Amino acid sequence: MIDLTYLNDRFEHLQQVSADDGIAGVRKNSFDSFSKTGLPTYRTEDWKYTSIGNLFDQSFEQAGHTVSLADLEALRMPGHHKANELVFVNGRFDAALSNFLSTDDELIVLSLKDAAKGEYKDLVARYLNKSSEYMKDGVHALNGAFIEEGVFVHIHKGKTPQHPLYIYHILDGRAHPVMAQPRGLIYIDKNSRLQLTETYVTLGVSDSFCNGVLEVVVDQNAYVEYYKIQNDASNASQVSTTHITQIGRSYVHTVTVTLNGGVVRNNMNLVLDADGNETHLYGLYLLKGKTHADNHTMIDNRQPNCFSNQLYKGIADDFSTAVFNGKIMVQPDAQKTNSFQSNKNILLSDNATINTKPQLEIFADDVKCSHGCTVGQLDEEALFYLRARGIPKEKAEVLLLQAYAADVLTHIKPMAIRAYVEKLIYEHLSIV
Amino acid sequence: MLSIKNIHANVEGKEILKGINLEIKAGEVHAIMGPNGSGKSTLASVLAGREQYEVTAGEVSFLDKNLLELSPEDRAREGLFLAFQYPVEIPGVSTTNFIKAAVNEKRKYHGLEPLDSVSFLKIMKEKMKLVEIDQSLLSRSINEGFSGGEKKRNEIFQMAMLEPKLAILDETDSGLDIDALRIVANGINKLHSPERAVLVITHYQRLLDYIQPDYVHVLYNGRIVKSGTKELALELEEKGYDFITEGVDLNA
Repeated sequence: MIDLTYLNDRFEHLQQVSADDGIAGVRKNSFDSFSKTGLPTYRTEDWKYTSIGNLFDQSFEQAGHTVSLADLEALRMPGHHKANELVFVNGRFDAALSNFLSTDDELIVLSLKDAAKGEYKDLVARYLNKSSEYMKDGVHALNGAFIEEGVFVHIHKGKTPQHPLYIYHILDGRAHPVMAQPRGLIYIDKNSRLQLTETYVTLGVSDSFCNGVLEVVVDQNAYVEYYKIQNDASNASQVSTTHITQIGRSYVHTVTVTLNGGVVRNNMNLVLDADGNETHLYGLYLLKGKTHADNHTMIDNRQPNCFSNQLYKGIADDFSTAVFNGKIMVQPDAQKTNSFQSNKNILLSDNATINTKPQLEIFADDVKCSHGCTVGQLDEEALFYLRARGIPKEKAEVLLLQAYAADVLTHIKPMAIRAYVEKLIYEHLSIV
Repeated sequence: MLSIKNIHANVEGKEILKGINLEIKAGEVHAIMGPNGSGKSTLASVLAGREQYEVTAGEVSFLDKNLLELSPEDRAREGLFLAFQYPVEIPGVSTTNFIKAAVNEKRKYHGLEPLDSVSFLKIMKEKMKLVEIDQSLLSRSINEGFSGGEKKRNEIFQMAMLEPKLAILDETDSGLDIDALRIVANGINKLHSPERAVLVITHYQRLLDYIQPDYVHVLYNGRIVKSGTKELALELEEKGYDFITEGVDLNA
């Protein structure tokens, strides 16, 4: 049994020093929930294939870092000089490293504490930790219990910020194992647009664990593109929950790319809570070594006439494990729902594992839902064709895998980010 | 250039080639004809290095190297080219990028610098004219949605770009209408030179109206049962394969 009592002490301390920050109640409820459920085990249905308990065998530090602007410079993504950059270090929003080009009349970025008390306090009260209605497990509660330096972003009504938003999660593992629990709430107001890219980087060689929760609320007629890029160190693990609620008729488009990492668990939740929502979820995972990547998607159709489409594709090589679990719920009121899901896999090694599971719960009678999953191998004929033209086997495989990835990558709309991901993929696949 | 000595080969445990002997010299055009199931495509696959084919006996030397010890990619880089009977569609890989990679891999193998984009495009334009292939095809994924004729033309275009020493054309005429056949044959003829050899594998004589072989061999039941000049092909066309196969002892 893992001894987590040190978390008790940390929680008590946090509640004392931040008693009046407006979030103490959320923390308290979350910690109670965590205390009750503990960390998920393989006996927890949603965690059957992914174990994170043993990550806690070591005592993670949460405090102290020496991340400088120079460190940030080395890991910035292309297009950054035209982007709003929001930086978390060890899970804490770092205003000094962050940089916003957009003006306050387009969007505003506040610490969650400030937002919880000021102009946006009603929004924070209403939407912060709404995800806990869906996420009952202890890892999610653990994040809520330790909300400290979270962030609140508000995209104002009718605004299309000229600059996209980049979120960096930097974990400073140069001195000791590090755990980060970043928390964010983004409100995208009526008739506004947001393009958002999130990425994760661990510095140094120590183990890291990032348990992040981002809640996004999308109002009437808003348009959102969200890209998640995971290419961290092989001993960098994370649970990354993105909980998007579409409260007005709106459009959401997400692409999750997972390359390198330790244990990576993504929860991509979409709550379609208005008539006529449209949602597109794409995922790509290219796993080698011992990387374990688990993509859980959840679409809760609560209102009529919603459309959603999911395409997740991936490969598992070496000793890696890929998990896909796609849950689609259609509530009694959600007539005329159209919801499609496809998961395609290539298994490249006898020692790799793929688990794929669609999960449909339909309580309305006039709906169209489909799902499909495949597990296959690289096309031997195509491989021979390329080799017969003089392309060595390893390069031919990379070409075929790049081609396999391409129909997800085309859904990364900003060219700078797509080119960046293509480069990461080429490097990732070329290292034998 | 190519010397095949007593090759025996199995597919899934079944012996398909039962002792083939063939000598091809630089500058020569050879045609191998034969009825379905005689082993023609197996011979092409064995020479190109397809892994499902197991060579159980015999030797093949190509430009004084032991061909059977080379990987498929090294065979190609040494100068062997197989035009596929059924070219594969590979969605997501651009034809141009693929050919550029192939050309530069070959150059690298021979200790040459890679071609820059300008030189590559210049050569590509020349060769496109040669095989009358359209630019729009080359900017698409490899063979994706190509018609049968377009696929075969793409094979000949790749051959033109790679300038092989020995080109093996596996049933390149199958599925071609008369115009496509003429274009493909033209492309092959223009590439033919005293340094290069061509091995045409075909079921019908019609391609040989356009490509004049120096030698014609009849493959039957895994062996070459008759060799001759181009007149043999005409005779086959007239009389059918029966006049050859009658009297061949299958158990010999």
